[in-house]
Amino acid sequence: MEEAKGEEVTLFGFWSSPFVHRVTWALNIKKIKYKYVEEDLCNKSDLLLEHNPVYKKVPVLVYNGKAIAESLIILEFIEETWKENSIMPQDPYEKAIARFWATAAGDGLWQFFITEGKEREEALASVINNFELLEKELIGKNFFGGDRIGYLDISVGWISYGVPIFEEITEFKIITEEKFPLLHAWMEAFSSSEFVKDTLPPREKLSERYRKVREAIIQKKN
Amino acid sequence: MTSQNPEVKLLGAWASPYVARARIALHLKEVQYEFLEEKFSAKSELLLKSNPVYKKIPVLIHDGKSVCESMIIVQYIDDVWASSGPALMPGDAYERAMHRFWTIYIDNKFIPSLFDMMTSPTEEAKVEAKEQTMASLQLLEEAFGKISKGKPFFGGDTIGYLDIALGSFLGWMKAFEEMNSPKLLDKSNTPLLCAWAENICNNEAVSAVLPETAKLVEFATVTQTRFKYAPPAK
Repeated sequence: MEEAKGEEVTLFGFWSSPFVHRVTWALNIKKIKYKYVEEDLCNKSDLLLEHNPVYKKVPVLVYNGKAIAESLIILEFIEETWKENSIMPQDPYEKAIARFWATAAGDGLWQFFITEGKEREEALASVINNFELLEKELIGKNFFGGDRIGYLDISVGWISYGVPIFEEITEFKIITEEKFPLLHAWMEAFSSSEFVKDTLPPREKLSERYRKVREAIIQKKN
Repeated sequence: MTSQNPEVKLLGAWASPYVARARIALHLKEVQYEFLEEKFSAKSELLLKSNPVYKKIPVLIHDGKSVCESMIIVQYIDDVWASSGPALMPGDAYERAMHRFWTIYIDNKFIPSLFDMMTSPTEEAKVEAKEQTMASLQLLEEAFGKISKGKPFFGGDTIGYLDIALGSFLGWMKAFEEMNSPKLLDKSNTPLLCAWAENICNNEAVSAVLPETAKLVEFATVTQTRFKYAPPAK
């Protein structure tokens, strides 16, 4: 681990947040030593509210007293501050593609998960459309970043453990080996990577949480 | 085979503030480009092909490759034409994070409430949107104070990433004020942003691109009567 040369890095997080996981993975890849603070989202700490007054959310990274919020912004900050073990592509066009998919890849997935009937069908169509395009980004590569995990892998990494849980709860398989061979292989490679495998929340606990959230939303609608 | 000066095309529309962002960046970097105007009612084949995910403008097509999403385009322009004109992004990583943070805030909070203020179906919703809009402007005023450090722009002496993100909407903000919205920027509540707005609108790269207020008012009036007005594409 890189010794904190008089540098203080603190990550405010929550065990189930996929946004927090993104930051954890980046810190691991960059071998950055940091302090982790688990927040109680029902009773947020004064420090969190002080560091992220606009959104009051996790993750927040505090570096030498300066607070940065929004996971994708934190990823770019980490990349620009610690130069070794680069996660961003060098080429401007590759960067643009990575930034595009970092936000677009997840479109529709939450809608698919929390809706039923026609709404769900529409969300699913959008998800499949995106995954077909995302699949092409993996052609000839093990990871979106090439041989190594990069910014886009980290940004969409939650798909590797989140989608199987969504599939189990909704009893619908989206990413099959037949339809999305490259994405399917990527999910396995990503979640078993040394930087990721010990960071994943316990599957049963996470699944239970998502199940409850979904039930509450669907009940409220009906 | 890449030519010496690969072609730059921008798919857009004159009224779109998101398209204005890309155009301001191209002008600041003195990049020659072909502007392909999309029709409001029907999307071109080229647009559907080059932005299959969102089918929205702006799209920058550089040397045959498509870049989508306005602020991703601005960053791309800054990266590719780094040697032309001042940098759009600051050098310091924390300052860059602040430009990005407030840009996301503008896109996710400020802009939706700004348009909701004008187009929500009920008075109640409009009032709520107005409160959110004014609160957002206060936050942006504070942010300007911290980020500009006494200089004319968020980017300091020159127009930067965050200036472009917000400045691109000045045309619509002025149009809304003509259409009886509350005064959005005023000297008592947002003095810093007032001065900033004047500075940025005086810049050639911006004034060449921002549509005239009267034309936007006419556009808004016409489209509101034809169908429920939706904010221009991202």
